[in-house]
Amino acid sequence: MTLDTLSDWARRLQAREISSRELAELYLGRIERLDAGINSFVTVTPELALAAADAADRRLAKGEQAPLLGLPVAQKDIFCTQGVRTSCGSKMLDAFVAPYDATVVERMNAAGAVMLGKTNMDEFAMGSSNETSYYGPVRNPWDPERVPGGSSGGSAAAVAARLVPAATGTDTGGSIRQPAAFCGVTGIKPTYGRVSRYGMIAFASSLDQGGPMAASAEDCARMLNAMAGFDPRDSTSVERPVEDFTAGLARDLKDLRIGLPREFFGEGLDADMRRVVQDALAVLRERGAKLVEVSLPNSGLSVPAYYVVAPAECSSNLARYDGVRYGHRCADPRDLMDLYMRSRAEGFGAEVKRRIMIGTYVLSAGYYDAYYLKAQKVRRLIADDFRRAFEQVDVIAGPTSPELPFRLGEKSADPIRMYLSDIYTIAVNLAGLPGLSMPAGTIGNLPVGLQLIGNYFDEARLLNVAHQFQQETGWHQRMPAAFA
Amino acid sequence: MEWETVIGLEIHAQLNTASKIFSGAATAYGAEPNRQACAVDLGLPGVLPVLNAAVVRKAVMLGLAIDAEIAPRSVFARKNYFYPDLPKGYQISQYELPIVARGHLEIDLEDGGRKRIGITRAHLEEDAGKSVHEGFGAMTGIDLNRAGTPLVEIVSEPDLRSAKEAVAYMKKLHALVRYLGICDGNMQEGSFRCDANVSVRPKGQQAFGTRAEIKNLNSFRFVERAINFEVERQIDLLESGGTVVQETRLYDPDRDETRSMRSKEEANDYRYFPDPDLLPVTIHAQDIESVRGEMPELPDAKRERFIRDYALSVYDAGTLTATRELADYYEAVVAGCDAPKLAANWLMGDFTAALNRSELEVGQSPVAPQALAQLLTRIQDETISGKIAKEVFDAMWAGEGDADRIIAARGLKQITDTGAIDRIIDEVIAANPSQLEQYRSGKDKLFGFFVGQVMKKTQGKANPAQVNERLRARLQGD
Repeated sequence: MTLDTLSDWARRLQAREISSRELAELYLGRIERLDAGINSFVTVTPELALAAADAADRRLAKGEQAPLLGLPVAQKDIFCTQGVRTSCGSKMLDAFVAPYDATVVERMNAAGAVMLGKTNMDEFAMGSSNETSYYGPVRNPWDPERVPGGSSGGSAAAVAARLVPAATGTDTGGSIRQPAAFCGVTGIKPTYGRVSRYGMIAFASSLDQGGPMAASAEDCARMLNAMAGFDPRDSTSVERPVEDFTAGLARDLKDLRIGLPREFFGEGLDADMRRVVQDALAVLRERGAKLVEVSLPNSGLSVPAYYVVAPAECSSNLARYDGVRYGHRCADPRDLMDLYMRSRAEGFGAEVKRRIMIGTYVLSAGYYDAYYLKAQKVRRLIADDFRRAFEQVDVIAGPTSPELPFRLGEKSADPIRMYLSDIYTIAVNLAGLPGLSMPAGTIGNLPVGLQLIGNYFDEARLLNVAHQFQQETGWHQRMPAAFA
Repeated sequence: MEWETVIGLEIHAQLNTASKIFSGAATAYGAEPNRQACAVDLGLPGVLPVLNAAVVRKAVMLGLAIDAEIAPRSVFARKNYFYPDLPKGYQISQYELPIVARGHLEIDLEDGGRKRIGITRAHLEEDAGKSVHEGFGAMTGIDLNRAGTPLVEIVSEPDLRSAKEAVAYMKKLHALVRYLGICDGNMQEGSFRCDANVSVRPKGQQAFGTRAEIKNLNSFRFVERAINFEVERQIDLLESGGTVVQETRLYDPDRDETRSMRSKEEANDYRYFPDPDLLPVTIHAQDIESVRGEMPELPDAKRERFIRDYALSVYDAGTLTATRELADYYEAVVAGCDAPKLAANWLMGDFTAALNRSELEVGQSPVAPQALAQLLTRIQDETISGKIAKEVFDAMWAGEGDADRIIAARGLKQITDTGAIDRIIDEVIAANPSQLEQYRSGKDKLFGFFVGQVMKKTQGKANPAQVNERLRARLQGD
């Protein structure tokens, strides 16, 4: 049995070579057999999946077409799913069953997707290694002693191990791209406002953006077709028509100008990583792209600015988890203050608490101007850097992460080192731009990701460049041997 | 020492939109607890606010009515604090960039003068839910029906110098929001409530004294009494060598006093920051013009017009324009009877008295303005006297039909036939020879006695002017 891509499965479903139920059973079987080793799912929903598959089979029998009709997918456990637990990787929401579907879930369901379950993640999407999950760490299918990246580590690992052909992720500072790079899959964080945030549990509202993770750029394009679009329930969603992201995949790369920020290829980059990235860039050059050096002079400020803005917003966004209406409530509260303090002390993990404290501090009277306001100014400087760069180039490329997947526990005691793991991805969120990561080679057996950054709403171009690369190379087709 | 009182008011007016400020849930008052709270109002994980456009429009109306600046760009911010009836752990409000700023309102002073009260700002925000302490034993119930109800908070400058001025300002604003149709003004239901910042300083001193904020005053009477109590308290404190501490106080109407709620040290650091879930509110000049085009006539302008067009006194015009409903009713009456002064007297007299007796609002009056106009026309054309008209009006109020029908049915048509009146006068004179004697010998006061006798004989139906004229002639023996 080969494990095909979404696009191949879609063709075979339409040709009636396989039914949606058979496809769901195939992947549910793999989850059951193989997930114990990597812990990529928090919740598996076989009954719902088979019912959805049967419904999809009936639609297929009627000759209906829809972007994800009959295709198995997984939802990151940050997206609310009606009637199914939505934990956000936290003890706080361990018993929370959402009474509604997130817009992304609603759209994917309408597009015929068959949800197999909810994937593991860093608690409230705060983490770069998937070690902060209440449900235990996810392991990297390429080496179970290593982390899959985070926070969408469950989705990345599940796709890498082919426990599901595609999954959703969310990206606040690199949470789609870094795990995609660590696990050797393709993932795209769309332009801020492309994908509705309604029903996507908020971490840092001005940075959060949902996007697809899959084995190929083509599959990501297919997923994004179902996920993207204006949503009147999200005031920050952008009211503009959504193109068919698969339509431009075949475009050649002649005259494409790729910018290489000199700051991304500086001292912090390991020599082997640099070689893999440069080899990948050479492939693009051979296909007609021109490589141009550009500069993003303020990129060094992105990590500090991010760790002001994101915790500030999170400290406010997570205030609603107070033990009053839903979520974890401590036993036998003595009074209101005790209810608040113990419910939150027990319900949140250490990293979440750390960020709530940082955020509360930077927003306090007397500190607001020095931290939050300053960070917002840095955001504008960073966005200006990109604006200037995109006057010269169409796409910016570089490494997704400065390093290979690290070992479990290696950075747990050192949050600053952990935060620096997102040094190349964070600026993209601060500017609101689209960014993609795809497998570009390996070091040893471990995958290395290439990041492509596009101008606002230029997701189609990023997917096109990645697809052209994937026509030429087979890195995206590699599978970890234990899961073949 | 002579003291001066300094007061600034923060008034919360609930905007009367059908749905909430950031969700589609209904805002109607009095529903079963938690039946008008949707996922957004409950602050469930993942939900997002979407601004109700009607709220912005109403805020612009208010801004225009107080001659304020409408911000081309205003920003919603989060006010962060924990409270059980605050579902998100923050209230969405406006902080640095409010939608309305730098307006003013003129109030009438007791001495007949006017005073301009500055309005610092008016900003939009969502209301919180309610904590219900009765009926749950040692527990507190939470009702989130009110959570997300749109409010506009109107902050005055510290321009008010007495409790009376504060009440005059509050009443003026109350009338204004009701004129504009942006707030129902129902103070019992909390649709219009006030926090008062009160301080005192030695007369002539420039610097403000330390202020206390009295929270949640929901009647004009409470505002007046709470401020008066607080002013007394502060003066007593200062005169006995103490100092006023900056704090939040609550007014207890049962004991008619204010009590400390929390001091400045215990005050929250609200950690305001712009709400990243909402875009800045942008208002273009043409949006403002479109609202301006739909503005109703405002109380002051209407009062001036009433004085000019209907030749009313300042007092009458002010009374009749106190509410839009009464003013509209008045104009409808005048349109049907062309007797502006008579109509004014009737509305401020019998009509208002009848409303009060029946505990009805103008809009609920059983007598329509057209019906009242018909009645006043019958006074004008001398079909009935003003006195008889009161009887007819009471019958109309009781639902017995229109004025003409009641006049006919009860035979109340005025006697204007001079022959008939003369006959009755002759009868009365003949029946009272001694009174006639006294009158003719100079006891003028007895004229009233003869009028009364004539009116009695005609059951009040004789035309009073005619009776006066003809009676005087007869008594003088002409």
